[in-house]
Amino acid sequence: MPYDPTNPLYRLTEEQLDEIGRELDALHDAVFADLGEADANYIRSMITFHRRLAAMSRAVLIFSKYKPAWLIGTAGLSIAKILENMEIGHNVLHGQWDWMNDPEIHSSTWDWDTASPAAAWKHSHNYVHHTFTNVIGKDKDVGYEIMRVDPRQPWHPVYLLQPFYNVVLMALFEWGVALHDLDFEKIRKGEKSPKQLKDELKAIGVKARRQITKDYLVFPALSGRHYKATLWANVTANLVRNFWSHAIIFCGHFPDQTYMFTEDEVANESRGAWYVRQLIGAANIEGSDLFHVMSGNLGFQVEHHLFPDMPSSRYKQIAPRVKDLCERYGLPYNTGPFRKQWGTVQRTILRMALPGGKPRHKPGPYVMPPEEKAERERLRNLVPAFP
Amino acid sequence: MVETGARPRISRLRQRLLTVTRAMTTPLRPDDYLALINPRWSTRESTGTVVRVRRETADAATIVIKPDFPWPGHRPGQYLRLGMAINGIRHWRAYTITSDPGHVEGVVSVTVKYTEGGRMSPVFVRHVQPGQQVYLGEVEGEFALPDPLPAQLLFVSAGSGITPIMSMIRELQRRDALDDVVHVHSARTSEDMIFGRMLRGFAKRHEGYRLIEVHTGEQPRLSPDRLGELCPDWARRETFLSGPRDLIDVVEKHYADAGRTDHLHTERFQPVVGIGGGDGTGGSVHFRVSDCDAEAGPGVSILVSGEEAGARLPFGCRMGICHTCVGRLQDGAVRDVRTGAVTEASGQMVRTCVNAPEGHIEIDL
Repeated sequence: MPYDPTNPLYRLTEEQLDEIGRELDALHDAVFADLGEADANYIRSMITFHRRLAAMSRAVLIFSKYKPAWLIGTAGLSIAKILENMEIGHNVLHGQWDWMNDPEIHSSTWDWDTASPAAAWKHSHNYVHHTFTNVIGKDKDVGYEIMRVDPRQPWHPVYLLQPFYNVVLMALFEWGVALHDLDFEKIRKGEKSPKQLKDELKAIGVKARRQITKDYLVFPALSGRHYKATLWANVTANLVRNFWSHAIIFCGHFPDQTYMFTEDEVANESRGAWYVRQLIGAANIEGSDLFHVMSGNLGFQVEHHLFPDMPSSRYKQIAPRVKDLCERYGLPYNTGPFRKQWGTVQRTILRMALPGGKPRHKPGPYVMPPEEKAERERLRNLVPAFP
Repeated sequence: MVETGARPRISRLRQRLLTVTRAMTTPLRPDDYLALINPRWSTRESTGTVVRVRRETADAATIVIKPDFPWPGHRPGQYLRLGMAINGIRHWRAYTITSDPGHVEGVVSVTVKYTEGGRMSPVFVRHVQPGQQVYLGEVEGEFALPDPLPAQLLFVSAGSGITPIMSMIRELQRRDALDDVVHVHSARTSEDMIFGRMLRGFAKRHEGYRLIEVHTGEQPRLSPDRLGELCPDWARRETFLSGPRDLIDVVEKHYADAGRTDHLHTERFQPVVGIGGGDGTGGSVHFRVSDCDAEAGPGVSILVSGEEAGARLPFGCRMGICHTCVGRLQDGAVRDVRTGAVTEASGQMVRTCVNAPEGHIEIDL
């Protein structure tokens, strides 16, 4: 018996699920067959832009004792770090650009400017989270093992503190992610060998030492006597990046619109059912093109969860196709403005700190607005092209 | 794994500076920021710049490359992996080096023959322009002139198999050692012969270099008997043979029958393998990770069959050199499309670019 009887997954027949699986596989293949020079140029120019911005911001910050230099340098460095983590790092580590066969832009060789070592993150995020998305008990990203975000998670008095430590997590998000990759449940149950745990802790230690040396020792030292101003600039840039990535990432799966699942519900699921779980378990954020780049295109969380290995720059183009599919199969297309998505996430974190709770009201099947309908007719037979 | 260029040779001081300044650029490398100013300042991979393209025949061209880093050196007859991005995707192929090691300008050249349906050779033969940056892999290959040089030499080449032989002849000429060399070369016509004019010039100037051309357009194909007629003292000479597989097979047998196997050096060099043709039964492939099923005709490699069926598979040189494409074979037998050897290889890592299924196989890719 489904926990949530309104869950649209249970309205679909076996045949419909297979058809959805085939349609989405075909969409994936059509985009991949079309990848080429323009896509390669996109990620290359994004990487070049990030490196120029980071280098210039660091240079300006040498003179951080002057207020305008501090402001410009800190703003530049914050933006650079956000781009590097979200549009570049997250997506390269997903293997979105592996098709280029370029050893310098490849998931097997990339490392990012954050505390979490790439290898550990690829396991906990790419494999665990993206395979068992929103399955309570399997997906460690449901509350990140420290928060209760769904009424089906058993309550514990420690959750009374979650509104408080959520704020701490916002500020220290990169460190939270690094520790989260260790998988505390596995350690508690003794499922992780001491050797593996030691290796992973060592990897975090090495990464942490390098990150701290760079941001809090070397670059402040370059400013000489005025090292404090640069130190604070770097702290600020890391804080800004942490707040921003926390906000975007929490909006991915915890707004009211999304569905969570139990292990029983997803046992033996078909490819089509997996797609539907991804589709209704994620939520988009509406925003401008600039907003989408700054959030690593995770404003297209739905599209990202359907095709985690597809270049992020293509999500916008396939969104109309996904909406079209939602409409035809009576599925919701979860989306909303940033303020609304973020607000419902914070409300859930506050409510779930207390025992009990009921599932939130869900949006019904997606209905396309007339102007989008016209656009859809235009795009119907086109391969989604790069801008 | 992803295929990458060779590590450039740089000075100890530069290496040390790059290590120290990495504290400022981690997790990137100082090279990544230096490359913003000039891409050639990055020491992540060996690179080179195309400086000249010389047309050799209607469908072959010599690409002259200036390495951006000190050249590690090569022996005549060895080959080099070259990488280039085509339509956003980096491709790699190995080509024989046709320049001799001590080139005065410090350049390296490869000679590329156009292959129908190829990915890289059409670009090199028809489109590449001076200034193009290419990635340079390691210098590899065991087909090379021995040291000390044998007193009497016989070179046998056919078609584009001339390329390693050319490098050897250039080296001999530079060392003034073209003393007693017989070179039998088979080409379709006189105009079709790569380096034809240059070699004929050598033959005129050096008494010790005898060039015998066999034009298969008007004469019978090269065979061991024909070789015996053209070079009666073949059994006294150290022989270097480079050409298509069927020629190598018959000459190898001929030398084995005469007990001269130790004096025959061969290069089984085929620019494109695994696209079909040749022996074998072909078969079907199940890619377990990609969850994809593919059918392969005779001589079609596991890699090509998978790509045609829509699987995204790792690939590199596509000629059995770089091991980028390996996958664990879980069940079945494979045939090496270069040698024809069939192996029951369950549990082993196989190179998908040079192995074709022999019946049904299961592979972890």
